[in-house]
Amino acid sequence: MNTPALIMMISVEAVITYLTVWFFYKVLTIKPKPEPDSFSENDEEQR
Amino acid sequence: MTKSTESWGSRVGLVLAMAGNAVGFGNFLRFPVQAVQNGGGAFIIPYLVSFLLMGIPLLFIEWSSGRFGGKFGHHSTPFIMQSMDRRKLWKYVGVFGIFSNIAIAAYYCYIESWTISYIIHSVIGTFDGMSQHAVAAFFSDYLYISTTTTGIPYEALIFFVICIALNAWILSKGLSSGIEKVAMIGMPLLIIFGIFLAYKGITLKAGVHGAINDGTVGLNFLWTPDFSSLANPKVWLAAAGQIFFTLSVGMGSIQCYASYLKKREDVALNAMSAGWMNEFVEVVLGSAVIIPIGIGYLGIDKVVELTNIGGLGLGFRTMPYLFEQWGPVLSAVAGLAFFGLLFFAGITSSLAMGTPGMGFMMDEFKWSRPRSAWVFGFVVMILGLPTIFFFNEGVFDEYDYWAGTVSLVVFALLEAILFSWVFGLDKGWKEITEGADIKVPLVYRFIIKYITPVALILVFTGALLRPANDDWSKVSFGGWPLHNESILGQLQHKGAGPNNQWFSQSFYAEASGIVDSVYSTPGDKFFFRTSAVDNSGKVNNKVYQYTPVRHQLLIEKGDIVTTGQVVYIGKVINRVFYMDMARLLLLTIFLLISVLVYIAWRNRTNERRTGI
Repeated sequence: MNTPALIMMISVEAVITYLTVWFFYKVLTIKPKPEPDSFSENDEEQR
Repeated sequence: MTKSTESWGSRVGLVLAMAGNAVGFGNFLRFPVQAVQNGGGAFIIPYLVSFLLMGIPLLFIEWSSGRFGGKFGHHSTPFIMQSMDRRKLWKYVGVFGIFSNIAIAAYYCYIESWTISYIIHSVIGTFDGMSQHAVAAFFSDYLYISTTTTGIPYEALIFFVICIALNAWILSKGLSSGIEKVAMIGMPLLIIFGIFLAYKGITLKAGVHGAINDGTVGLNFLWTPDFSSLANPKVWLAAAGQIFFTLSVGMGSIQCYASYLKKREDVALNAMSAGWMNEFVEVVLGSAVIIPIGIGYLGIDKVVELTNIGGLGLGFRTMPYLFEQWGPVLSAVAGLAFFGLLFFAGITSSLAMGTPGMGFMMDEFKWSRPRSAWVFGFVVMILGLPTIFFFNEGVFDEYDYWAGTVSLVVFALLEAILFSWVFGLDKGWKEITEGADIKVPLVYRFIIKYITPVALILVFTGALLRPANDDWSKVSFGGWPLHNESILGQLQHKGAGPNNQWFSQSFYAEASGIVDSVYSTPGDKFFFRTSAVDNSGKVNNKVYQYTPVRHQLLIEKGDIVTTGQVVYIGKVINRVFYMDMARLLLLTIFLLISVLVYIAWRNRTNERRTGI
């Protein structure tokens, strides 16, 4: 492969792979939020 | 209205289902073709810019709009949009979010059914020993539904019905027990198949198994930047268009999935994770399969020529032949991986297309989920039949153009305006950031309010007024010739040429050239072909079909014909008839959904009036 093509491919694919893995890792590791513990928090929003 | 008790089983399941919704045939068949035709490596720059300025904002808008509407028990765009602004107009704008899903599913399930058939044919070795021409002819024959490749009569139709029944059955199982389970199995398998094929593509060696180039030659071709193309509006429009199709934005399915989120559940991180996963599959895996393998065996010129017939043609007419070069066992594995990958990409998307219409019927007419799912399947089957029976008459392409392209752009533009300017960005930003597990960059406030709507207006205007040959220098206040595929060009049937009447007693040549063959194929199908060489030395062939019992051929092999010359006489039904009927059918579906929305709105009003 020529150098510009190699640079373009590796840089773009590295950034996309890094962000994909990073966001998915966050999805896997962030703990779920606790359920609301008061009636007021549980109220549905008014339009 | 009662609130739905359905919800996603897990966060990972939701993200994989959303990613599966986005990942479709286009990731493997459309993206590499678009990249090849628009400057190779330089295409990726406008593509990523479009993703950042249009794709990510639309993901934020659709995820947060969906969760917002879900708070009020709405799971389809008509009433999700109505919940954001009380003006009656919005619920009819929201009809796009049901219509496009049903219409796209009608032809999308047909492609999905091809993948099932091709998996079987790959595994049982149907393609073993076939020439490239025979593999291409196999696909053409498959599309003529009266022919059979397995001994099963009308097999294309039967696979289509099986495919729809499978979709309806999964949808009837519900979100967590149906869609989520398929995504949890399908997405990892899709990525494993993609990695296997990408590895095979990249490590292809010239001289081994008949390859004429290394796999890296294809990658070199795809990734070598041509920065001059950045100044071409066509490239930017193509890149923006690809972002649209690949993310499944402008369809209403994202809003529907997000509407089952709880009030304080994150949308920002989930949207980013699903969106970037789609990009990984498209850019990293999608670019490493059909182009490197295609160029490895056929060379650059042939692959460029094949990209002109589109990604579907490349995938189904060519790939089975290329896999055959690896020997019977590996070709079966590669066929299973490639068409299996396409199947999972397809089914995770078609399931998402089922949910908005089903959500609407369940919310507004109190239908059960199984009933909604099977009725959805039935409607899609009926609507899909014209694309099967009249595939070669252009009905499939009409569905794809109006429902799968134009509707998405129109809907995305209107939802962006609603979110940023009518609902208001202050409220909108609160919806995006509420419960967010990542910090959303503040610059997106500005982008969502100004850049995204303007970009969408440019995309729509570009599609509406696209000039002939994509020569934007011809655009002036004095007018310019339109591209056949521009919206205005399509409305005027500019591509129909001389055969622009519904019915006629004469059929006219659509291109000049010499008649180089008059032939028939199994199943009593009769054709003749004209051939001409253009100024650049490129050979242009045009194939015409005729029916001897109805038509009297006026030309024979060796004749020179000119555009507009009568080539046969008899009762002729031209393509424009089928195209107009397809448009009429789509319009009817849109109006019928609008009527249902009106009835649902009236029911809601009556319920409030009577205190229900």
